[in-house]
Amino acid sequence: MQFHHTTLPNGLEVVAELNNDAYSVAFGFYVKAGARDESGDVSGVSHFLEHMAFKGTERFSAEDVNRIFDEYGADYNAMTGEESTVFYSSVLPEYLPQTFELQSSILFPTLRQDDFDMEKKVILEEIGMYEDQPSSVAYDKAMQLHFSGHDLGQSILGTVASVSDLTSEQMRSYHQEHYRAGNIVLAVAGNTDWKTVLELAETHCGHWPAGISPRSTAAATHAAQTEFVVKDQCQQEQIIQLASAPSCTDPRRFAAELLTVIVGDDSNSRLYWELVDPGLVESAECGYYEFEGAGTYLTFLNGDPESTRENLETINRLYEAVNAEGITADELEQAKNKIATRIVLRSERPMGRLSSLGGNWLVRREYRSVEDDLATVRGVTLEDIRLLLKDFPLMQTTTVGVGPLDKLP
Amino acid sequence: MSQHVVKHATLSNGLTVLVETMPAVQSAAFSLLVNAGSVYDPPHQNGTTTALADWTARGAGNLNSRQLLAELDRLGIQGNESAGTQHMVFRASCLAANLPAALRLYGDIVRKPHLPAEEFEAVLSGVEHGLLAIEDEPRQKVMVELLRRCYPHPWGQPSEGTLEDLPNITPESVRNHFERCVKPDKAILGVAGNVTLETVLPVVESVFGDWTGSNNQAVPSGTVSPVREHLDHESTQTQIGVAYPGVAYADPEYYAAWAAVNVLSGGMSSRLFTEIREKRGLCYSVYATLNTLKDRGQVLCYAGTTSERAQETLDVLRAELVRLGDAIGQDELDRCKARAKSSLIMAQESSGSRASSLARNWYHLGRVVTLNEVRLEIEALTVQKVLDYVHKHPAQDFSILTIGPEALK
Repeated sequence: MQFHHTTLPNGLEVVAELNNDAYSVAFGFYVKAGARDESGDVSGVSHFLEHMAFKGTERFSAEDVNRIFDEYGADYNAMTGEESTVFYSSVLPEYLPQTFELQSSILFPTLRQDDFDMEKKVILEEIGMYEDQPSSVAYDKAMQLHFSGHDLGQSILGTVASVSDLTSEQMRSYHQEHYRAGNIVLAVAGNTDWKTVLELAETHCGHWPAGISPRSTAAATHAAQTEFVVKDQCQQEQIIQLASAPSCTDPRRFAAELLTVIVGDDSNSRLYWELVDPGLVESAECGYYEFEGAGTYLTFLNGDPESTRENLETINRLYEAVNAEGITADELEQAKNKIATRIVLRSERPMGRLSSLGGNWLVRREYRSVEDDLATVRGVTLEDIRLLLKDFPLMQTTTVGVGPLDKLP
Repeated sequence: MSQHVVKHATLSNGLTVLVETMPAVQSAAFSLLVNAGSVYDPPHQNGTTTALADWTARGAGNLNSRQLLAELDRLGIQGNESAGTQHMVFRASCLAANLPAALRLYGDIVRKPHLPAEEFEAVLSGVEHGLLAIEDEPRQKVMVELLRRCYPHPWGQPSEGTLEDLPNITPESVRNHFERCVKPDKAILGVAGNVTLETVLPVVESVFGDWTGSNNQAVPSGTVSPVREHLDHESTQTQIGVAYPGVAYADPEYYAAWAAVNVLSGGMSSRLFTEIREKRGLCYSVYATLNTLKDRGQVLCYAGTTSERAQETLDVLRAELVRLGDAIGQDELDRCKARAKSSLIMAQESSGSRASSLARNWYHLGRVVTLNEVRLEIEALTVQKVLDYVHKHPAQDFSILTIGPEALK
């Protein structure tokens, strides 16, 4: 593994972790443009824009884009989150130049009006699809409540109304503001050489407009709130609870990751033994999510509506016990081994390394090898967990339920 | 393309061991297929196998439930047990050095589960929660219900079980299922990763060598007639499932069938995506896939769309399926080949996916299928061969299942 980094004159950050033993090469453009960067009246524009990229440029029509990626057998897609839009491909090394040219060019799409109108229908279908998924509804609503008044509370997909009202002009101006080289990281992982990466970046990205668009990362304040979205047709009640946790630049994030594995992994965690193993619920999990300037513990519960209150009280007791007494050395050791294996297995494919490489550079301007991550995880102590819990105890601050309940029984 | 070495051996009790050596990875994975799947669920007790899968991991050999999961975590073994149609499936991934330990632990889970009576209620409750979760996800439910209708009983019954059968399942019936079906004869162990047959075989001998018996129950089969059915559900989208006959994996025309389905639904330049999503904006998600049992196969198609556009979606979908017989472009087949080439090469980066493929291929064909063989089969395809297949197995006799607010025509 060999790490390389450079910054092009226009500000584009280029990072690569190259490995000649890999069969493929993965590359991605990490754009610092997500739901939190949208002003209120363009909710959903980042995600819609991600779709519009695949509608092509002056040179490549929408059909060309789909066809050419398939001609080179590329495994490619894009995703939009609260903080970024990522376009990625995984290809055989001999097809890197052709797919790179296409992938890089679609970050600056033409935004033709007829494509825009057609794709709007697809986005509205996507919104409809998620409306029918209780866990998606719960997540969206929980983020909205927990970060109410803060830009992290903005929906990724937007609403039927906001997307319907969106114009291609609004999208164009959002694009001009955020798709600037200083806001973008190009990450490459796998089998190619640095000279090739540099040539491709300079040829296809060197002319991108320079500049960055600053993002406010003001702290959020959270008032405890509860809301139930009634869906009578559901058999079970899905609950999402959010609480404060370390942000993505906080070194305690590794401790937070270990803590949530110990408390709320899908197997052999405290929530698992308390609720899942006895067959009391379908799922009970706790995870850690990091953002710029904020982080969250996310508790997920899915089970019989009538036992929701009791199950949430059980979780509360369990969290209070952890906050007061911490965890055991044995639990910490098991969780370290579990996470270490996940890190190694994920890193075997260039695609797996790409997400770590690009994500780390986008938010922290930091390179972390697999060995770095393993060493950091190994180094977390019981004292680190204790200190974490002192500042970020496990809580159930914001609660959203989706299912038959209109309030806690 | 460099070749991984695949070797195999069959133990005297009938268990076949297949090992693919992957020098470039640090991991190893296995997939153990035991001839004890849901087709052997006793009549009116659909769900017996899935209950057994959950029960087996609740203590085995010298370890109770907690000790067992703790040991798996301590060794960084990511494993799971599940019910399939023909097989119970036991899978695990870990660092290559821990493969022997993983095989020993899973040897106990498969052969010496405690099946503790006091946990049976929790097992069934877990199965029930899983089934209720499917009820709340119509996208998943439509495909489960479509399979039930396009294959003869019991081949189409859900391996997850059925809510109405759950009350009939007793500890005795599940134990009995274990005693009758979980046997080494016809069992297949696929192993892939940084290991060799020479080092794996002695471990397998010591873990499974003295296991005896076979499951010789005959499973009835038959034919089904196409059905049209609608299930009412209050939702934004209507879920559409369409099935029609294809061929089995073992069929000489399998690769032509594979290509036909890929022209329809492989990659974003394929026909269903282009015609239904890109040109008409009817769906976010639309796909077709070839599903195969040992002696037959079905093409399964899915589309989810807001209810007022569902009729148009179904009409366009059917028309596209039928239109395939008119003509196929050389460029369309070339893109299928390019995508296959990439994915075959990239498959060499994942020990888990290779282990599963080895075992699955042995089940269907009774021999090792190398990636190179698959590559040659695909390269030998011509447009004429694919069209000949489509004419011999035209898209007709559709089984159509919809879930949503209103039935379609």
